Amino acid sequence: MTSVLTTLTLFALTGAAFFIAFTLYRASHARPAIQALLHPLVVGPLLVTGVLLLTGVSYSHYRQANSPFFYLLGTATVALAIPLHQQFHHIRRLARPLLTTLLFGASFAVISALGIAWLLGGNSETLVSLAPKSVTTPIALGIAEKVGGLQGLTAGVVVFTGVIGAILGPLLFSKLGIRDDRIIGFVTGICAHGVGTTRAFEISSRCGAFSSLGLGMTGALTALILPWLILWWF
Amino acid sequence: MLRGLATLVCFQGIGEAVVYLSDMPIPGPVIGMVLLFATLQLTGTETPEWLGETGHFMIRWLSLMFLPACTGLFFLPDITTDQWLPIIGAMFLGTLLTMAASGYLMHRLMPDPDGDSQ
Repeated sequence: MTSVLTTLTLFALTGAAFFIAFTLYRASHARPAIQALLHPLVVGPLLVTGVLLLTGVSYSHYRQANSPFFYLLGTATVALAIPLHQQFHHIRRLARPLLTTLLFGASFAVISALGIAWLLGGNSETLVSLAPKSVTTPIALGIAEKVGGLQGLTAGVVVFTGVIGAILGPLLFSKLGIRDDRIIGFVTGICAHGVGTTRAFEISSRCGAFSSLGLGMTGALTALILPWLILWWF
Repeated sequence: MLRGLATLVCFQGIGEAVVYLSDMPIPGPVIGMVLLFATLQLTGTETPEWLGETGHFMIRWLSLMFLPACTGLFFLPDITTDQWLPIIGAMFLGTLLTMAASGYLMHRLMPDPDGDSQ
């Protein structure tokens, strides 16, 4: 009885933390830079962590109670096929720039992350966990699980990457003189996945559409190729 | 909505089954995504409304679904402190370098740069 109650409470904790974080995110709408920092995936996990530390509940217990969410991540991954299908006419029309940028960006994201981490003294477990950093979280977690990375580290790294891309991306593009919202969207989708895509939809709906296109294509490409590469390399 | 969810879960299950049977190092849901995409492409150009609705709903609430996974970042007993510098360095430098390089490349490749940017 107690354990059922605990499980339900821990499950409800996720919903409550998300609700508070989402409300805060909405309320900070006027200040985009602050809003990006207050993303529900930054504030929410902090709230849950606080409650778990205060009540002395272990993370594995919390994780077990919330296993439906882990399953739904996979379902959401399948759902990414839908915007991909709906935006497919863009791929036909802009096939060359889109596919070239995708191949370059997705591989450069992995290579630069691994190179920098290796130069700074990262061990092989860190490298494997970092490799899927630019892929949307559900896919990244699937990859990390398949190749023996640390799922918790991968999840955190992916979210943090998204936040960096969403905050600094628009600034970077204006410094580079890039104003085409199709480019901003697509590159944000490649590098900063879901968090970046939320931000891209705030710039314009076309920017958001190109961002979900980049997110879906990078996810599919990385998920299909990266596991083979890592297994071959390590 | 329920019909859409059932369809997605069905493709997820098929993906998991394919991975289980073939022993590929690819996540099952990704196979499900590829199969759903192929099905949509082959059956027609219009996405059925019930499926499009469910899809947008799932993607919109993606953050809620990965909240429990992200919390795991704060519970990593096996990360030694000397690994934090490579992790943070790779995230900041790697992401900014990739964004700048890919943005510049795509800018050069676009047929009508800045043509109709609004």
